[in-house]
Amino acid sequence: MVKANWRQQAGRVLTYLVLAIFALYFIMPLLVMVFNSLKELAEIRTGNLVLPPQSPTSEAWQKAWSSACTGLSCEGVSAYFWNSFKITLPAVVLASAIGAINGYVLSKWRFRGSEVFFALMLLGCFIPFQAVLLPMAQTLGYLGLANSVPGLILVHTIYGIPFTTLFYRNYYVGLPTELISAAKLDGAGFFQTFYHIVLPLSGPIIVVTLIWEFTNIWNDFLFGVVYSGPASQPITVALNNLVNTSHGVKEYNVDMAAAIIAAIPTIFIYIISGKYFLRGLVAGAVKG
Amino acid sequence: MTIGTQAQPLSGVPSRESLADKLQAVLPKIVLAPSMAITLVFTYGFIVWSLVLSFTNSRMLPNYDFIGLSNYSKLFSMDRWTVAYTNLFIFGFLFIVIAICVGTLLAILLDQKIRAEGVLRTIYLYPFALSLIVTGTAWKWILNPEIGIEKLMHDIGFSRFQFDWLVDKDMAIYTIVIAAVWQASGFVMAIMLAGLRGVDNSIIKAAQIDGATMPTIYRRIILPIMRPIFFSCFIILSHLAIKSFDLVVVLTAGGPGYSSDLPATFMYQYAFGRNQIGIGSASAMITLMGFIAILIPYLYSELRKKKHG
Repeated sequence: MVKANWRQQAGRVLTYLVLAIFALYFIMPLLVMVFNSLKELAEIRTGNLVLPPQSPTSEAWQKAWSSACTGLSCEGVSAYFWNSFKITLPAVVLASAIGAINGYVLSKWRFRGSEVFFALMLLGCFIPFQAVLLPMAQTLGYLGLANSVPGLILVHTIYGIPFTTLFYRNYYVGLPTELISAAKLDGAGFFQTFYHIVLPLSGPIIVVTLIWEFTNIWNDFLFGVVYSGPASQPITVALNNLVNTSHGVKEYNVDMAAAIIAAIPTIFIYIISGKYFLRGLVAGAVKG
Repeated sequence: MTIGTQAQPLSGVPSRESLADKLQAVLPKIVLAPSMAITLVFTYGFIVWSLVLSFTNSRMLPNYDFIGLSNYSKLFSMDRWTVAYTNLFIFGFLFIVIAICVGTLLAILLDQKIRAEGVLRTIYLYPFALSLIVTGTAWKWILNPEIGIEKLMHDIGFSRFQFDWLVDKDMAIYTIVIAAVWQASGFVMAIMLAGLRGVDNSIIKAAQIDGATMPTIYRRIILPIMRPIFFSCFIILSHLAIKSFDLVVVLTAGGPGYSSDLPATFMYQYAFGRNQIGIGSASAMITLMGFIAILIPYLYSELRKKKHG
């Protein structure tokens, strides 16, 4: 009995040890970013990357926000930060709204062929975007939306719809059909049922979809780098330009500050809604 | 995928339908039509369009002079393309295997009534909420031999320590695995943990009474039950691997030389950097076909599940 106990103890210690080592691996890049964004350049050169700053300063943050050079312009990343909002918010709202009504049809108003359509759309979630990149560039050109914020909103909305539809559909399948039938008996039509019965029950899935889409679109780089012009670049593209700029002295503290600025909205969302985020990931992945 | 019982649409009511009833019956179709059109045009139409472009000698601008399969034969004679798809196999294999192992290990350990579970879960999962363009900035620094881990080890006295994979053309692709595993294994952990919590406790109790140890119970009972979840993870991770673009761009820009190129960066480079739209499209088509080859078994198993469920 004593021996078994000892073994259990050792197992316990080992478990915590392994978890702690992995925690270190996961937290390290964030620590490096935060610590070094608060250092002066001289301290970065002489010190090492994992030590906390000796005398924290917000200098690098100010520079990153308003005067660092990204590519040709030297006005910091603030304009691109707002670009990202201008792109993300409308695209998230549009894709979520369209996804909700699609999900409602595909779960409660199925018709012949709707399942086939759903499968086709699902496949659309998964294709590698390289396969549509060039035609989309052409199309945006025809539409006069090349290198513009509306162009990017369009692209993100279009390729967001399959995901949002999937989320809502899987959620609505679980709503009792009796509710819908009862509403129909009472004479409620398609939209009335959606508006008065389904929508009020959609809280959790709306939150999940909004979080998922916001994170995806905010973090997008591929569409941003291909379809944006100098004035419509999202923050991820600007950040990459800043970090990979080859001229001048490398200002690591400014890079780190800019990286954190680019991460703030998604970190914020993750912290305030981590529980839903997790649930959403699981719902989207395990069921999807 | 769960398929519940479904409400029948209001169609099929014999004659005497009013106009409003008819409208009600077609409304769902009308509502779905725009999305249907969007899917057909922007997904399937565009794939066909890319396919057409891959048979043309388009360079800076698309044109429609067909040259048969010559882009494909050119593509496969290019060393850079060989490197790119070989890298995808190396990267994809290591990334998927390691991320699933790490994620599963973390989930199992976290499932042992760990005190700080909430905090640890948050730490493990946060990378998935961030863009690799953002965290790649930090990784690039940590992995850079002149300022990162290598320098740190030298500073604390290990003067012979060497870790210069990022600038070594044979090893650069492996550094990308390190950062990619870092980003995705928390996600695997989350899914696995959800799966573990869903396992029926009475099965475990019964096995314990029979005298099985916890490791045996996991190996022989719990992990086999979670097979579908492993499969979902595999599909999602392979999707992420094929899409991997940001990570390479920010960490190595495909370098040194083109040693860490992946099909996604290759395609971008040829289509938008070198004005070789024909070759870029051909590479996109090959990537797509590779992915379909993975996806079809998945869809097949999903559909089978539906029939049995």
